[in-house]
Amino acid sequence: MAEMVKLYIDGKEVEVPKGTTILEAAQKLGIYIPTLCYHPDLRPTGACGICVVEVEGAPTPKRACCTPVTEGMKVTTNSKSLRELRKGIIELLLSDHHVDCPSCPANEKCELQSLANYLGVDMNALPKILERKPLDETSIAIVRDPNKCILCGRCIIVCNELQTVSAITYTNRGFEAHVDTFFSMGLGNSSCVNCGQCTVYCPTGALTEKSEIDMVWDAILDPDKHVVVQEAPALRATLGEEFGMEPGTVTTGKMYAVLKKLGFDVVFDTNFAADLTIMEEANEFVQRVKNGGPLPLITSCSPGWIKFMETFFPDIAKHVSTCKSPQQMFGALAKTYYAKEAGVDPSKIVSVSIMPCTAKKYEARRPEMRDSGYQDVDYVLTTRELVRMIKEAGIDYKNLPEEEADELMGMYTGAGTIFGATGGVMEAAVRTAYWMITGRNMEKVDLKVVRGIEGIKEAEVDIDGLKVKVAVAHGLGNARELLTKVRKQLEETGESEYAFIEIMACPGGCVGGGGQPKGSDFARRARRGEGLYKEDKSLRYRCSHENPAIKRVYEKFLEKPGSEIAHKLLHTYYFKRNIVSGEAIEEVTHKH
Amino acid sequence: MKLQRAHVLVSVDPETVMAGAKEVEERLIKEIESRGLSDEIKVLETGTLGISGKGVVLVVYPEGIYYENVKPDDVPKIVEEHLLKGRPVKELMLPELPVRAVKRETVGLTRKQVRIVLENAGVIDPENIEEYIAVGGYEALEKALTSMKPEEVIEEVKKSGLRGRGGAGFPTGLKWEFTRKAEGDIKYVICNADEGEPGTFKDRLILEGDPHKLLEGMMLCAYAIGARKGYIYIRGEYALSIKRMQKAIDDAYKYGLLGEDILGTGFSFDIEIKKGAGAYVCGEETALIESLEGKRGQPRFKPPYPVTHGLWQKPTVVNNVETLANVPSIIKNGAEWYKKFGTEKSTGTKVYTILGHVKYPGLIEVEMGTPLREIIFSYGGGIKNGKKFKAALVGGAAGVFLPDRLLDVKMDFDNLKEYKAVLGSGAILVMNEDACMVDMLFSIIRFFYHESCGKCTPCRIGTRELLELIKKVRKGEGEESDLDKMIKISESMWKSSFCPLGQSLIMPVKSAIENFREEFVKHLDKEFHCENCRR
Repeated sequence: MAEMVKLYIDGKEVEVPKGTTILEAAQKLGIYIPTLCYHPDLRPTGACGICVVEVEGAPTPKRACCTPVTEGMKVTTNSKSLRELRKGIIELLLSDHHVDCPSCPANEKCELQSLANYLGVDMNALPKILERKPLDETSIAIVRDPNKCILCGRCIIVCNELQTVSAITYTNRGFEAHVDTFFSMGLGNSSCVNCGQCTVYCPTGALTEKSEIDMVWDAILDPDKHVVVQEAPALRATLGEEFGMEPGTVTTGKMYAVLKKLGFDVVFDTNFAADLTIMEEANEFVQRVKNGGPLPLITSCSPGWIKFMETFFPDIAKHVSTCKSPQQMFGALAKTYYAKEAGVDPSKIVSVSIMPCTAKKYEARRPEMRDSGYQDVDYVLTTRELVRMIKEAGIDYKNLPEEEADELMGMYTGAGTIFGATGGVMEAAVRTAYWMITGRNMEKVDLKVVRGIEGIKEAEVDIDGLKVKVAVAHGLGNARELLTKVRKQLEETGESEYAFIEIMACPGGCVGGGGQPKGSDFARRARRGEGLYKEDKSLRYRCSHENPAIKRVYEKFLEKPGSEIAHKLLHTYYFKRNIVSGEAIEEVTHKH
Repeated sequence: MKLQRAHVLVSVDPETVMAGAKEVEERLIKEIESRGLSDEIKVLETGTLGISGKGVVLVVYPEGIYYENVKPDDVPKIVEEHLLKGRPVKELMLPELPVRAVKRETVGLTRKQVRIVLENAGVIDPENIEEYIAVGGYEALEKALTSMKPEEVIEEVKKSGLRGRGGAGFPTGLKWEFTRKAEGDIKYVICNADEGEPGTFKDRLILEGDPHKLLEGMMLCAYAIGARKGYIYIRGEYALSIKRMQKAIDDAYKYGLLGEDILGTGFSFDIEIKKGAGAYVCGEETALIESLEGKRGQPRFKPPYPVTHGLWQKPTVVNNVETLANVPSIIKNGAEWYKKFGTEKSTGTKVYTILGHVKYPGLIEVEMGTPLREIIFSYGGGIKNGKKFKAALVGGAAGVFLPDRLLDVKMDFDNLKEYKAVLGSGAILVMNEDACMVDMLFSIIRFFYHESCGKCTPCRIGTRELLELIKKVRKGEGEESDLDKMIKISESMWKSSFCPLGQSLIMPVKSAIENFREEFVKHLDKEFHCENCRR
């Protein structure tokens, strides 16, 4: 038992374990203390000073977010002086902030905006001292607007500590202090892997995706174009919460309906491609097991993880599956298989994907992703961008009648759905690998040991007597930890204890992706994941190899998993990258 | 050692070097040699003598005669007349002796300094470890290592009442005790020599004038708290300090006073110098630790304090140079001896830098509790050129502007608190009637604006808002409400800034505006009396 400390907040007694902060103790009592730089997932920095409270006996107010409680402490969270102090800080921030709320991508999601409203701050209390600085638009995926940055430091902690990428940090000091990349070269010329976690944690509009909304509207309105859309698994568990539904509510039918309403010509589903990925990847795993490696096999569907691997772990590239991500498999098929089946000129197809991800924008534009003869995926929208489009179009999402996806590449199984949660790809792959090796389905397809929000999960899977040790890591900090261990094992003994590893760049997997709504925390990510597992359980088919649409695509077009044409369209290769600039240096694996 | 009948000490510090101290020294050696006096007269380099604005300064012992503004061409005369014929050269002598080392027995005489920390500065050759040993150096270390337990060392320091000279005045012995009792085998002692307070160079004088005293203080601290490794974080611009400290460290290793098994007692200790890169905030102990760890110099949240979670999260003592330099004398002479100096709650002495419109700018060491008026008018010689006193900025840039009516304040930690002032860095900037308070405050705010680390909102943007406001007032474009706005902003910075940097701007802002409001109002009416503002 931890040592307990008793204290009084606004006259109410509360007992909490030693080491608890005043903020946490207040939350336990249901007392609201306004915060700005603080985020429950991240270590507090105490940068903003909004959470100041009065502590009896202390000459000046204390920051609730990082002050530990002490025995008998008497805390006041609300007083005239505190309100003035908090208001004063918001006024200071606004004097150095580009206030353009209605057109800001963070509008209604901005924590500075909501605090200003909450505290009743006059937007023009202090004269503007803002000196407009240029935007960093060097990256394909992420835009930085220093004019909206409040230097809360969240993005830096996320990039350096949660993701261990360290693409950004503070530079200069005082009023000149700002967040920047190495030698101000811009995110596009840095080690940034485009995971976009900074955009999720940024409390304002200083970090956002590079928007492609306008291009997509143009394509939809162009009568010459045939616009095909795919949506990632995680979307169905997230869209609802942006329209007032409980987090984790799955709204697949409404999602299809809204896309049709927005004017997309054909609505397919990335889940179909996820099933296809499983066919190719499980086959690759079985072949590697039969042919003596190289093992472990590591999943490849998270593009943030792929660039991270190319930058920091190029030496293990041969362990990474050659499978493209579901988005790119879909893209390659849309302009070949679908074009052929539907009799559409592939040059007229505009392939749009909607992803919980910012790294997908980068992945779609990798020069090698043109196996259909065209750029396989033309535009990538994040969940946030789709939400903005829905709002722009004035659609009442919550009350929309459900619709179905188009069949050819829209049918999917529960295995495809759970791709969106950490551990899901592993579980889906095990279901199909088991079938490929034994010729029959597992008795119980649920692999609960790899589910959940724990950073690194390990399990031993029994495939008819063949014991396979697997591991799952989500969040690049956890990935780095696991891979450092694997790398050491490989260096020392030539083999690793693991046979199969799933890695997702974002904490929680795609439900916690960098393109997901701002302001989510680990708890909310877990609820979205639970939503996906619920859908998996409710579906008729739960293994990718059972999907009739998958059977059809192999029959009609791809022959069998690992065939020559499958390799041409569905598999890829990797580069070694410069750790400072992110530039590709050389190929480290090659196309078959 | 040869027996010499006279010593000529050449003050060598950045200021005198600029004035040609090296040339003077060379000439001295040459002239002495040419007269065949080399065996009788020794020329020594010493630290700054605490005299500022007087060019190259020499002292000739045993008489203790000071020469000021010495040029190389004056040297033959000094050698011929004084050193050969025994007739001091009157026209080159300092007219009065504002700063003079006095023996401890003469303590109590008015207008005499009491030198504990600076007892050897300007007296011995700082680059010669033997000279330090000859005046009783490293005796305290020997005493502690051979006859005292670490706890007894801490007890002695506690009893002495020594308080941190870095500004906050925290009891040193208590800090050491916390660190000793903190869990963990690895502990560190850090000497904060990142002296960056404008108008302050007291630590530099110690570093340059008596580096071994600081080393000995650090060794005693290390022995007391159980540290094996110490760091001296020196302001990067202090090139001579760094050179002399490094020489002192190297010599201490050679003499077996640093390294493994010191004096055969089993106590081992290493010291390393780390150069600061010019950030004012790195004088704050946690920012200093971050910088020492190779990170951006930004303060950490306290608690936990460095005494439990310091360098590399290990228990760490961070002490100011002056604090540590007090320790050898305390251990050698005992706490009771030390407590005879100063006041009951602020024991010992304090080193001050007196600058500005005084007759004798420079450094002094006097007992705690000495009235400010005495410091300015006796030790500083009062206002020069017959002008009237207007204000003193006490404690550095983060200090307080005191007008004439508040000059009787006794300078110690607690008395100053009653005046809402602080000892701070020990800097006393004296201004005469011509000084412009608005312009002074502008300089201070600009300094803080430049030196804020940018981590926390109140300090980062608050300093900028203050700068915009004072610029307006200075140009006569503001309104009277701007003055109140400035006080309000600095008050909110005091309450909500993350570290002392942002918290302390309230002191100069409030004291300047409240004590000299009339002058600010005159500026608002475009009535300027200083050239800077008129422009």
